[in-house]
Amino acid sequence: MDTETYQEGRVVHQPEYIDGHSVEIPILKILKQDGSVYKNADMPTIDQEHATRIYHTLAFHRVLDERMVASQRQGRLSFYMTALGEEAAIVGSAAGLDDNDMIMAQYREQGALIYRGFSLENFMNQMFSNEKDLGKGRQMPIHYGSKELNYMTISSPLCTQVPQAAGYAYGQKLKGNKQCTICYIGEGASSEGDFHAGLNMAAVHKAPVIFFCRNNGYAISTPSTEQYAGNGIAARGVGYGIKTIRVDGNDLLAVLKATQEARDYVINENKPMLIEAMSYRLGAHSTSDDPSGYRTREEEAKYAKHDPILRMKNWMLAQNWWDEEQETVLFEDLREKILAAVKVAEVIDKPAIEELITDVYDVPSAQLEQQLSSLKEHIKKYPDAYPVTAGRIK
Amino acid sequence: MAQMNLLQAINNALEIAMTENDSAVCFGEDVGHFGGVFRATSNLQEKFGKDRCFNTPLTEQGIMGFANGLASQGSVPIAEIQFADYIFPAFDQIVNESAKFRYRSGNEFNVGNLTIRTPYGGGIAGGLYHSQSPEAYFAHTPGLKIVVPRNPYQAKGLLLAAIRDKNPVIFFEPKKLYRASTGEVPEEDYQLPIGKAEVVKSGSDITLLGWGAQMETLEKAAEMAEKQGVSCEVVDLRSILPWDADTVAESVKKTGRLLINHEAPLTGGFAGEIAATIQDMCFLHLESPISRVCGLDTPFPLSHEKEYMPDELKTFEAIMASVNY
Repeated sequence: MDTETYQEGRVVHQPEYIDGHSVEIPILKILKQDGSVYKNADMPTIDQEHATRIYHTLAFHRVLDERMVASQRQGRLSFYMTALGEEAAIVGSAAGLDDNDMIMAQYREQGALIYRGFSLENFMNQMFSNEKDLGKGRQMPIHYGSKELNYMTISSPLCTQVPQAAGYAYGQKLKGNKQCTICYIGEGASSEGDFHAGLNMAAVHKAPVIFFCRNNGYAISTPSTEQYAGNGIAARGVGYGIKTIRVDGNDLLAVLKATQEARDYVINENKPMLIEAMSYRLGAHSTSDDPSGYRTREEEAKYAKHDPILRMKNWMLAQNWWDEEQETVLFEDLREKILAAVKVAEVIDKPAIEELITDVYDVPSAQLEQQLSSLKEHIKKYPDAYPVTAGRIK
Repeated sequence: MAQMNLLQAINNALEIAMTENDSAVCFGEDVGHFGGVFRATSNLQEKFGKDRCFNTPLTEQGIMGFANGLASQGSVPIAEIQFADYIFPAFDQIVNESAKFRYRSGNEFNVGNLTIRTPYGGGIAGGLYHSQSPEAYFAHTPGLKIVVPRNPYQAKGLLLAAIRDKNPVIFFEPKKLYRASTGEVPEEDYQLPIGKAEVVKSGSDITLLGWGAQMETLEKAAEMAEKQGVSCEVVDLRSILPWDADTVAESVKKTGRLLINHEAPLTGGFAGEIAATIQDMCFLHLESPISRVCGLDTPFPLSHEKEYMPDELKTFEAIMASVNY
């Protein structure tokens, strides 16, 4: 009996313990801050055209964040979330995929949507929840979605997209069309039960999904030291039997390299992969948050030196794929266009009152029709109290 | 026609759905080769392969999250939660995700192909966690449909309708009747409408309304009352959401009295919603207060199960109190 094992494994006769931090997980770095590349680094597949698309995306992202925070401060917009400092992790990973792969994001991944070509008008219409918003003005700003661009509509509940990504990818596998899903998640959301559920489901059912964790050091005010005691998020992947890599999230080339290899792996092996991108959330959590309540200016200044967009720009300059004049023209052009788009979108009408009850079901129920009809009668009686819709009710 | 029990009718519906649609997938805990702890998915893995009928890890939120993802991808997931008592870990995925998927995306995405099957209800000495009837928790959630069959014929027809419906549907199966309820079931494909109540027996003095396993209780109570000269109209609601207020109101306008029976606790139970709506629709026709015969406002007990249940005797007493009001 003493030679038998109940599950496969090496047998010992004195207690032997595995330390919780014994799994060493290195960080992949390719690009230095000055734009040079580490000696012997494995480069991702990238050419000038691809690099230019990526850099345009990064620039658009930075200017969009600047302008929309300003708009929110002016009271023109109810809410906004930037991705300052994390742009390379988001855009670099989206650039490692095929545009037909599904993206299931948390909320700080508008960079992936910019990369896919979501129009400036679409961004604005969503943020101003006007009648041209694809989401019909129902969700808070930055909860984007696009069927056409394979970008699943964002929802606020954290981590719910993780087991969903496992299911979505499983469906892609059954369909056999060689596509995968990427699922973005923050290190805070990774403490939710759905993280465990989703990674385990994906591993057991062999779903072609890339779990991409943005570990930016904070979940609102909670530092990662109060989020987990293990070796980050990456160490957990190992426990689920999932191939795992940790990368420098401010190094676009490292992120791109890891994602390109992850895509090949998940599609050819029909297994999930986990990428943990280490970064720092340079901005506030959202426009409703003030980080000065929980961290120092010195700390922020230290990480600001690792600006991922500047690092990519330095590399582009070193390749002679970019110059300062192009830089100036691009950023000025983007500032003008985005400001102009804000002015257009903010005066477009809100969706018609009828959209309040559509899409609850495929067809509105009789009860919903009745509720809408009562509401319209009420608004007609008190039009001054409902200025957004009163004038448009027939 | 074939003689089937409720489980066989469900198994037959699943087989039809999986045969007609290659992207229909059945999964849940112990659903695979074993065929489910109640055997509702017997032989499906043998017929359709491990990719389309399989065991999942033991994680209800994982099952429902996975199902939401599959449905949004375009597949037809038919997920099983082993007991309705264990659906609560998946409450967030169902209420915040399944129910709101289409609305929040402006119909860019939806999980309309989703069906959730789960055994519910008492009467099997199941104690606190193998007896619950959680329909009212979900009835408060726009975007979901909720269906409860009462016999094998209904189970097959309503389950096929649920699987093909373009909205997420929770299908509560009365496990007390899985083997106890047998009847003639057409072997061919058919559907019964979701959102429509059925008048099971016509009567003139009082309307008795219920669903699922409690329909047997109502029919027994109606027999007892008939012996006292009280004519009962028995109505099976069949769908909790959306529910057929018109059929119920039409019946109450005729009889002037309404009794609603459900196993779930009284406070916050779905009978409250029905009572409020019907008093609004039928105020001038009501001859007595609307009566609710329900479970007690306690967790579901083991040793006092019989005392807890809203059985035929309690229902009979309530009928007599209503007609003598």
